[in-house]
Amino acid sequence: MSQAEFGPDLVEVFGPSQQDGGPELVQLLTPEGERVHHAEFDMDFSAEELRGFYRDMVLTRRIDTEATALQRHGELGIWAQLLGQEAAQIGAGRALRPQDYVFPTYREHGVAWCRGVDPLDLLGLFRGVDHGRWNPADNNFGQYTIVIGAQVLHATGYAMGMQRDGVVGTGDPERDAAVIAHFGDGASSQGDVNEGFIFAASYNAPVVFFCQNNQWAISEPIERQTRIPLYQRALGFGFPGVRVDGNDVLATYAVTKAALQRAREGQGPTLIEAYTYRMGAHTTTDDPTRYRLSADVEHWKLKDPIARVEAYLKRNGLVDDGFLDTVKVEADELGVRLREGCKALPDPDPHAIFDFVYDEIPAELAEQRDAFAAYHAGFEEAH
Amino acid sequence: MATQKITLAKGLNMGLRKAMEDDPKVLVMGEDVGRLGGVFRITDGLQKDFGEDRVIDSPLAESGIVGTAVGMAMRGYRPVVEIQFDGFVYPAYDQIVCQVAKIHFRSKGNTKMPMVIRIPFGGGIGAVEHHSESPEAQFAHTPGLKVVACSNPVDGYWMLQQAIASDDPVIFLEPKRQYHADKAELDDSIAPEPLFTSRVVKAGTDLTLLAYGPTVKTAMKAAEAAATEGKSIEVIDLRTLSPLDMGPVLDSVRRTGRAVITHEAHVNLGMGAEVAARITEQCFYNLEAPVLRVGGFDTPYPPSRIEEDYLPDLDRVLDAVDRSLEF
Repeated sequence: MSQAEFGPDLVEVFGPSQQDGGPELVQLLTPEGERVHHAEFDMDFSAEELRGFYRDMVLTRRIDTEATALQRHGELGIWAQLLGQEAAQIGAGRALRPQDYVFPTYREHGVAWCRGVDPLDLLGLFRGVDHGRWNPADNNFGQYTIVIGAQVLHATGYAMGMQRDGVVGTGDPERDAAVIAHFGDGASSQGDVNEGFIFAASYNAPVVFFCQNNQWAISEPIERQTRIPLYQRALGFGFPGVRVDGNDVLATYAVTKAALQRAREGQGPTLIEAYTYRMGAHTTTDDPTRYRLSADVEHWKLKDPIARVEAYLKRNGLVDDGFLDTVKVEADELGVRLREGCKALPDPDPHAIFDFVYDEIPAELAEQRDAFAAYHAGFEEAH
Repeated sequence: MATQKITLAKGLNMGLRKAMEDDPKVLVMGEDVGRLGGVFRITDGLQKDFGEDRVIDSPLAESGIVGTAVGMAMRGYRPVVEIQFDGFVYPAYDQIVCQVAKIHFRSKGNTKMPMVIRIPFGGGIGAVEHHSESPEAQFAHTPGLKVVACSNPVDGYWMLQQAIASDDPVIFLEPKRQYHADKAELDDSIAPEPLFTSRVVKAGTDLTLLAYGPTVKTAMKAAEAAATEGKSIEVIDLRTLSPLDMGPVLDSVRRTGRAVITHEAHVNLGMGAEVAARITEQCFYNLEAPVLRVGGFDTPYPPSRIEEDYLPDLDRVLDAVDRSLEF
């Protein structure tokens, strides 16, 4: 069969496959810390904002480092590391307004930080004392979702609820709201993510699909998930897609801010592919040396999201040693608090497992609960 | 509303309408539920009266329907989702079992999930594959879900409103074979029984016959037929499958000493197995015979030309009644 019968080939439509982000990568700060400009997404940042990003990323990395160490010490059952993805998460997290709503995966520790969720609350899930103790309503930050991609549909439905509440496209910046749905490159293969795209497009829902393409779904490389750059998939669903340098906090912030604003104004969904790299393992149970080259990791080390901001700040005299020391002290204090706080997290009461299965507990479950309590009490009496 | 004679389809339609009138947060969502009024016309006229924002025609994707309904419930809405046919619920199974059922537990009650998932279930309509199934045990086996099955027009009207008012997620099973079959008199000045209760629909002394959904009608016919032979059968409509309301069942079996349960679903690990186990645990010394189950065979649902051989019919129920009485 000739090519003509099927129209143009992929390379013609999408350009050559790019292993390193490609020419369409939106970038405002190079890995070397050079400020560059972009025709569509450029914006100015104050020194205070830049220092804020730096601080957020350093503290987020410390949360990750401490949690990884706590797992090694047996205090956490598992930890999902975000090393290398700090810029993608802080950029996206800081672009939000209070009235916006976040649907995270289980790796959004940096976004949680931006929303004001206590990092200690993140540890409970990984320690096995709860399934996520924070109340989503407190910070408009949903619970971590472990089934890959399931939350993307929840995000879309939540955004449809916002439409019905009349908080989209009113022109009132205090009122208009949007949803951001986080997921990864692996999740992009899930039906739920694709259905989320379809529903959001069909109803023009105010949702930003924020995909951190960290190149690996445990051991499966991005090439196993897609033949085209992920952001280009948006075209087929009928909304815009953009690829941003996910290791560039400025670009990620600018692009996410624009996409959220678009959603709040009632212009519908956007797909953002934050092009980044999972520097650590999938989780602390994973061994990436079995499936990827250390040379690749070394290559991405040169694109470190924190180093480039630090280089820029220093080169332009926007920080002094006092600021850097303060952040370091703050990180150390956070580390101590997490170490001590984690070990002090109490085990849940076994009898409490019955409490929240239902809003209204059925009699038969209450009987099971009471029998379990009586069974335990029997042992106490025996002693 | 004056007293009127209605079908199950009408009762469900009226129940939905009432719930939407009473609470602006109630939304209806599903495939073809808007302009068409649903393939069974259960949502007939609702979009016209409540608008497209409240009666939402969805893309053709069941996981998408339930998953977005989860998000709407998180935002404070009370979605009533229609799954077009029982056999099409499986694409949404992950969302139902991993999300709908667990979100309240996961969040320690911070996030409520007041959702109703309506599923036309059961066979006997001459349909092609996947249109005649009885998946109730799969949901009754899932903590966090409540599962009910209506069997008649009056229950359809009330139970649907009660399910919508519940802050827990409810799988609401509707015997599709009954949608347009029999009429019953609805007098909405008579208050309904609580949702999660079973009900004795015919008193008797010799044997307890348990049914729900489409088999309630079969059970009633069996009781009538048995009566002509001098056998007194008590029929109980279970109505709620999770939680089970065993009180009336146990009271009955303690009097009759014999129990038969019938459902269209496969017998193996079906609702009948659970009911039999509970009767055995609670009424062991009252039993004169083992609890018998009459259901679909442990095969996939057959081609429709032979579905009457597969479904538990009057004769198979009576056969089990006789075996119990002769034990």
